[in-house]
Amino acid sequence: MVEHRRFGNFLPHLVLLIGVAIVAFPVYMAVIASTHDNAVIANGQMPLTPGTLGFENYWHTLTAGTGRTTRAPVGGMMLNSFVMAVGIALGKIAISIISAYAIVFFSFPFRMTAFWIIFVTLMLPVEVRIYPTYKIASDLHLLDSYAGLTLPLIASATATLLFRQFFMTVPKELVEASKIDGAGPLRFFKDTLLPLSLTNIAALFVILFIYGWNQYLWPLLITTRDDMQTIVIGIKKIIDVHDALTEWNVAMATAVLAMLPPVLVVITMQRLFVKGLIETEK
Amino acid sequence: MASVVLNEVRKTYAGGFEAVKGVSFTVSDGGLCVLVGPSGCGKSTLLRMVAGLETVSSGDIRIGERRVNDLEPMARDIAMVFQNYALYPHMSVFDNMAYGLRNRGTPKPEIEKRVKEAARILELDALLERKPRQLSGGQRQRVAMGRAIVRKPAAFLFDEPLSNLDAKLRVQMRIEIRKLQRELKTTSIYVTHDQLEAMTLADRLVVMNGGHMEQVGTALDVFQNPASVFVAGFIGSPPMNFLAGEVDTQGRLRLPDGAFLAFDPKRGEAQVGRKVLAGLRPENVALRNGVEDGAAPRFRLELVEELGMGRLVHGKVGERPFTVAQGASDPPPSGYSLSIGIEPALVHLFDAASGLSLTSAAPRR
Ligand SMILES: Nc1ncnc2c1ncn2[C@@H]1O[C@H](COP(=O)(O)OP(=O)(O)OP(=O)(O)O)[C@@H](O)[C@H]1O
Ligand SMILES: [Mg+2]
Repeated sequence: MVEHRRFGNFLPHLVLLIGVAIVAFPVYMAVIASTHDNAVIANGQMPLTPGTLGFENYWHTLTAGTGRTTRAPVGGMMLNSFVMAVGIALGKIAISIISAYAIVFFSFPFRMTAFWIIFVTLMLPVEVRIYPTYKIASDLHLLDSYAGLTLPLIASATATLLFRQFFMTVPKELVEASKIDGAGPLRFFKDTLLPLSLTNIAALFVILFIYGWNQYLWPLLITTRDDMQTIVIGIKKIIDVHDALTEWNVAMATAVLAMLPPVLVVITMQRLFVKGLIETEK
Repeated sequence: MASVVLNEVRKTYAGGFEAVKGVSFTVSDGGLCVLVGPSGCGKSTLLRMVAGLETVSSGDIRIGERRVNDLEPMARDIAMVFQNYALYPHMSVFDNMAYGLRNRGTPKPEIEKRVKEAARILELDALLERKPRQLSGGQRQRVAMGRAIVRKPAAFLFDEPLSNLDAKLRVQMRIEIRKLQRELKTTSIYVTHDQLEAMTLADRLVVMNGGHMEQVGTALDVFQNPASVFVAGFIGSPPMNFLAGEVDTQGRLRLPDGAFLAFDPKRGEAQVGRKVLAGLRPENVALRNGVEDGAAPRFRLELVEELGMGRLVHGKVGERPFTVAQGASDPPPSGYSLSIGIEPALVHLFDAASGLSLTSAAPRR
């Protein structure tokens, strides 16, 4: 496949271009719509070229939002979403790396039992246990708080399993060399295991950040105050008007804003992720 | 600087498997003791017990004046070189060597000094900033050595440190390790399954088999006076030839095919009628062209391996495979009717049932 074949390259590229168009066009439309006046969009003739109101629309969206539906600026929602997503991602990573460390490197009574209990929670995502979880959160007065948004979603088995799999590939001689070098369990964790896990942590962070950012059901239940809404809920509410015109320009600006942080996280962490993949060696 | 003393050390693994069955030996201060034996004989287990990575089921291990059975590896003042080197992949060569010192709170200038010194000895000066993955196998091996020597421990423990290297490098590193150990005069225990490596390195050789200690002694002593058939067959390359036979009334060995083999009657007890195994080192055996009076054992030629500095002649005596090592100046075997001859004093005799030496003066254990 080294030689240059014009038609051989043309067809795959055509298919790829069509694919890109299908995926990118709605995004393009959202960006375009967010730069026009609502009246322009609402008259049914959606322009295909950028308008002039881009800056105003985004500024308005970030600082004021829609007066009727969400009653809160999208900037605040983004902050809420960001805190929740980062909280969930970091919390999950912290908890799961510690539990995986205990399970893989220490022998204690009921070690396997502990492992299986963690494993079983794979079958209990938040949607399944939503009522009891809500009850507990409300009894603990966690409604309308960042703690309430993040804590119940932090406990999960997936990350623990991933770290466990990774830790099991760490040669046991590395542990023994550390012991002989005078590193206790905490030092070994900090000096050796954590640096070696950096790639995994980066990958998990990307996945978990997006998982947290996209949460819908749980924030819907746990937040009642306008200033605690997350952006994913915001989008839904902005569109959901009954007695007036949807502010499409604001809705589209919100949608674009909701897409940005995950994209940024993927782009920045991907570098680290790939770099780690190439460089890490056990 | 300290001696290492093992006394009736045993290890039973959790599953009930007894991997080490009562081993006692002493490594003198500054000496290099090699544990050698086939795979699975418990060498690593024994070494790891000395290191503190494995609990001791019974017996005592002493390093210097202290009984170390219940001490953590860190407190034992030992350094270990692993087969896969176990370098910290994310640390530079410098940090790999400095890590153990830092954990012990050694002052920075002192760390710097010791690492630089070790790097100089091991010719790693130019590589200090590199990560292990940027090093060749031999260089990694040297870093692993460096990590051990910067600590100036009471004892070095090596677990097959050269077995991941290619043959040429292995020979070179073997010599370097020997020189280094002589220079530093640090008590060392070295585990290998390579008998040649064991022979060349050892001040003292401990031959192990199935969790037992077969023989302890200097390399030469073990080679010249193997205490058992196992040791005789394990040490030396190509391995010793064995012929089964019975002691006859004239104090000779009668082989099954009617041939006779003379041995030195002064060497140990060998009563008439006793079933024995005669051990003949390939390099001690002479090949003679033609079958003489029929008394000398006949050799059936199968294959000649030319080695340049000599040749190996493979064949059979009776039903047993037999190898003769010839020097380059010896005439190559001609024709197929050959017989073997050996100095009576060079014949080793072993009891056929127990496998223990009848000729070796060295006491077993
Ligand atoms: N953790 C363990 N649990 C149970 N049995 C073990 C364990 N580790 C080793 N063994 C057994 O103990 C015996 C000795 O093992 P050891 O690793 O000491 O052998 P070795 O002499 O070092 O062999 P090699 O030359 O292959 O490294 C083996 O039969 C092995 O199967
Ligand atoms: Mg071993």
